[in-house]
Amino acid sequence: MVKKVLAKAYIFLILALLYAPIVLIVVYSFSNSSTFSFSQGFNFDAYRSIFTSSKTPELLSAIKNTLIIAAVSAGASTLLGSIAAIGIFSLKKRSRSLVEGINQIPMINSEIVMAVSLMIFFVTLDFPEGYLRLILAHIAFCTPYVVLSVMPKLTTMDPNIYEAALDLGASPSKAMVKVLFPIMAPGVISGLLLSFTLSMDDFIITQINKGAATGINTLSTYIYADARLKGLSPFWFAIFTIIFVLVFVILLIVNVNASKRRVKKHENF
Amino acid sequence: MLEALKKFKFTRRSFSYPYIIFMLLFVVTPLVLILVNAFLVDDKLSVQNFANFFREQASLVVLGNSLLVGVVTTLLCILIGYPVAYILMKYKMNRFFVVLFILPMWVNFLIRTLATKAIFVALNIELGMGTVVFGMVYNYLPFMILPIHTTLTSIDKSYFEASQDLGANGVTTFLKTTLPLSLPGVLSGIIMVFIPTISTFAISQLLSDSTIFLFGDSIQTKFDQGMFGVGSVMSLVMLIMVLLTNLIMNRLPKSENAGRNIW
Repeated sequence: MVKKVLAKAYIFLILALLYAPIVLIVVYSFSNSSTFSFSQGFNFDAYRSIFTSSKTPELLSAIKNTLIIAAVSAGASTLLGSIAAIGIFSLKKRSRSLVEGINQIPMINSEIVMAVSLMIFFVTLDFPEGYLRLILAHIAFCTPYVVLSVMPKLTTMDPNIYEAALDLGASPSKAMVKVLFPIMAPGVISGLLLSFTLSMDDFIITQINKGAATGINTLSTYIYADARLKGLSPFWFAIFTIIFVLVFVILLIVNVNASKRRVKKHENF
Repeated sequence: MLEALKKFKFTRRSFSYPYIIFMLLFVVTPLVLILVNAFLVDDKLSVQNFANFFREQASLVVLGNSLLVGVVTTLLCILIGYPVAYILMKYKMNRFFVVLFILPMWVNFLIRTLATKAIFVALNIELGMGTVVFGMVYNYLPFMILPIHTTLTSIDKSYFEASQDLGANGVTTFLKTTLPLSLPGVLSGIIMVFIPTISTFAISQLLSDSTIFLFGDSIQTKFDQGMFGVGSVMSLVMLIMVLLTNLIMNRLPKSENAGRNIW
């Protein structure tokens, strides 16, 4: 009994440590100070400053860039990766394992090496700086995850279903649209969501490939540029709080939905 | 050329070609360029870059520091994370707690690191090696807990019962049954903590006020200063470390699903 209490206390201690910085930022976002004190009392000034600060225009453009890059590269990666999955699935064994090996590279490689290798590549080819570099780089590290989320749907598919469609007179392209696509769909959707999140969350590859002269910032590179030297101003306390709340609400919804679905599945049996 | 084009038949296999071309162009070629740049000095083949890297004391200090921080962080993550995973399994604490450990990972690491830094500064804690290691452990702990938890929960409970039936006490059961069976999870955890720790960029800079540079930071600095040659050598060293770790880990027995279901 004592053991169990101690064990649970340990879990709560580690959780407390893990959440301490997040909780402190949230609490003190209402103090309009960056020194963790309520000397000015409880107020919403930090939140007001999101709209009135001199940083507001840059923040908005950073958010816009983050969303544009994430949307374009997630869309492109999903298209490229889903089509590729069909092709890779039908490759012969040897070439298939070779392609799957190449697919692994961006995942096991450290992000910094991937980032500088792309930078050398773009510089060597005199590639124009800007969105295109960033989007190509993001597609390069997102697509393998799409391939990996679509492939299992194809490998676990019963091949007879596709052949049945052909036997029933469907042309190969029609069989693909009517049989293959619906089977792939859940993998494609999770690939899309995953690549969108990965792209939004990326810092290292974006920071190194954005080019100093273009002035393009995503949310993470803008935070880095602003807070690295000056530290966190109350402005950022408010922004971070909003991000925490958004992330937690979205994840809670996803998890609750997932467990609901699980309960339903059990009921059906 | 035209002959070849005429012979080209559009099959399902060709669906993979755009992706293969894309990957060769944007993943493989850049890595080859790193290899080429490492051997280039003033457009001539040379091993000068390697000599510069291995003779310069500062870069060796960075390498040593990175390995030290990497090993210490990985060990601390095992020491702190293993009990967490074990307790979650042993007392059947439900999915909710596991999710609680994953949640912070979804917030960008820069935001979490800057938050930690603000707290250190407010508490007047001196920024240095200690705070860097704290920041790394704080960042990568969930990556250790999850694979271990996955392997621990997938172990058949009858193993523990068998061990106890055969007269082993709690400690012996843990040492002879639980621990060996959960090693694959620990190994996945090591890969997912060690490599990112030595190669990450910005965490050590931010948490040490730019006094401690790890490998990732110096690679970035070298390229920032236009020293592509030495930067490429360092990237090669990093690549070799990544390959070695993966090779060693692949040789060891592993379980199918450990650590793969982080997402």
